[in-house]
Amino acid sequence: MRKEFTESIVALHADDPRTILITGDLGYMAFEDVRRVFGEQFINAGVAEQNMVTMAAGMAFSGFVPWVYSITPFVTLRPYEQIRNDVCLHSLPVKLVGNGGGYGYGIMGATHHALEDIGSLRMLPNMQVYVPFTAEDVTACVRQMAKDPKPNYLRLNSAAKPSLPVPAFTQWRHLKTGSRATVVGTGPVLQNLCATNAAQDCDVWLASLFPLRNPPDELVRSLSATRRLVTMEEHTVQGSLAESLALLLTNRMSVPYQTLSLTAAGYPSGKYGSQAFHQGESSLAGKSLDDALAGFLAPDPSSA
Amino acid sequence: MRCECSERSNSIKQRLVGLHHTAGSGHLGSSLSIVEILTFIRFVWWTDGDDLVLSKGHAATALYSLLVEDGSIPEEHLSTYYQNGTLFAAHPPPNRLPRVPFATGSLGHGLSLAAGMAMARQIKRQQTKVFCVTSDGELNEGSIWEAALFIAHHNLRNVVWLIDRNGIQGFGRTEDVLRLEPLAEKLSAFGFNPIAADGHDFDSLRAARQEAMESTRPVAIICRTIKGNGWSGMQDTVDCHYLPISAKDRQSFVDSLLSGSERGSHPSPT
Repeated sequence: MRKEFTESIVALHADDPRTILITGDLGYMAFEDVRRVFGEQFINAGVAEQNMVTMAAGMAFSGFVPWVYSITPFVTLRPYEQIRNDVCLHSLPVKLVGNGGGYGYGIMGATHHALEDIGSLRMLPNMQVYVPFTAEDVTACVRQMAKDPKPNYLRLNSAAKPSLPVPAFTQWRHLKTGSRATVVGTGPVLQNLCATNAAQDCDVWLASLFPLRNPPDELVRSLSATRRLVTMEEHTVQGSLAESLALLLTNRMSVPYQTLSLTAAGYPSGKYGSQAFHQGESSLAGKSLDDALAGFLAPDPSSA
Repeated sequence: MRCECSERSNSIKQRLVGLHHTAGSGHLGSSLSIVEILTFIRFVWWTDGDDLVLSKGHAATALYSLLVEDGSIPEEHLSTYYQNGTLFAAHPPPNRLPRVPFATGSLGHGLSLAAGMAMARQIKRQQTKVFCVTSDGELNEGSIWEAALFIAHHNLRNVVWLIDRNGIQGFGRTEDVLRLEPLAEKLSAFGFNPIAADGHDFDSLRAARQEAMESTRPVAIICRTIKGNGWSGMQDTVDCHYLPISAKDRQSFVDSLLSGSERGSHPSPT
């Protein structure tokens, strides 16, 4: 997704001279063109993320639209108070861009993972979080964020390459119909589930903006029929899509339903590896995902 | 001009002492520490288009009183200070008051805000300035030094950083809590031109301004001040950071202002 972000931000700079790109000393083999095209509107703030974010707020107050880039934890959690006080309390158009959402940085280890970013940022005033699914989504996200005068956060990851068609980026997207369970996911990790046999007869939805807004009536009808809800995200259960959706459904559902919340469990074995390794440890990929789905979707013996 | 500045600062002091007495609020010492600095910025050094970031937001009453003094805020609006439903909280709020670009109160943010505003001016080729007033205890924050690196690296001479060097922070003297000295050398090593001034003396501040205007490096004006300046029996103590001012002390403070004898002598922060 970083390539698409880079191309999008260069295009945006041509359209909107207020665009500034600020990086926390990252962008090797990625931002060289951006630096050349942006000139003095490309700022390498150094490894100083607190100053980087607050300085961006000062620039936004002065009429610019700064896009602030780093590895996800360093542009979200490290300068969290700066985001809250200086960006969000003043509702300034600072656009945070984090590369490596979830376990995206794989073997780089826990310090470089971002399992709490969506939950942490979605609770801040005026903030909207964008979670693209495909590479095409990134371009759409950048365009939408550029038009939004408020704070935003863009969570980049390895793009999904789904075989099924994906509607244009928006809050709620219906990826496929089915009757076995209702699946709601966010981010490219949902592709892992779409690829399983168990998912072939599932009704699958994609949520891409946080805070989550009201789920569509069609989704509520689907869940009322399937009575099985699977949520999937590369994020801790605390502050998760699963939590948000449960709250939003509380007053919408008139029938009981069962849930399977597939979330990032952290580091259950205490060992480290690729993004796929960590996803596998959290039942977000591979056999553990298959097993979790099989267990949840197995016919209820009492109904046989 | 000197006379006008003194009249302005005395008016501001009377107003803010009254605010604190009526509200029974703390942080009066922090506000009294910077009255002359704010007065000098706004009534001497200021040009149209300049901005001021009060990084030490706990001295909000000094800022509020300044904004009444310069006509930005009607006097009667300030009467709600510290009450439920007010816009004038103990720290400056976001988005609501003229000439208050940012809510401050969490220390260590203001210098970065000023850096961003100054960088924007540099790109826009604007000649205006951003004043930033920090405390000295605030210099404990790492973010201050991140901002200092940035300002020096980009040679943002349109930032005017004034440090309220009263030598006292939340629970002790700065040199006992987390040593700052040699502060001028630290600032110089970071790429600043450190300028010493008496933060309660307009002639000294005027000389500092002259030196700053001639500087080829970003400036940090270390303003030697007295916390609670003029508050008899309380100035230069940690107490004046927290305690409200009594009716008796308020009266004697105002009397001293009227007689022109409120000035204390500087303690040494080292």
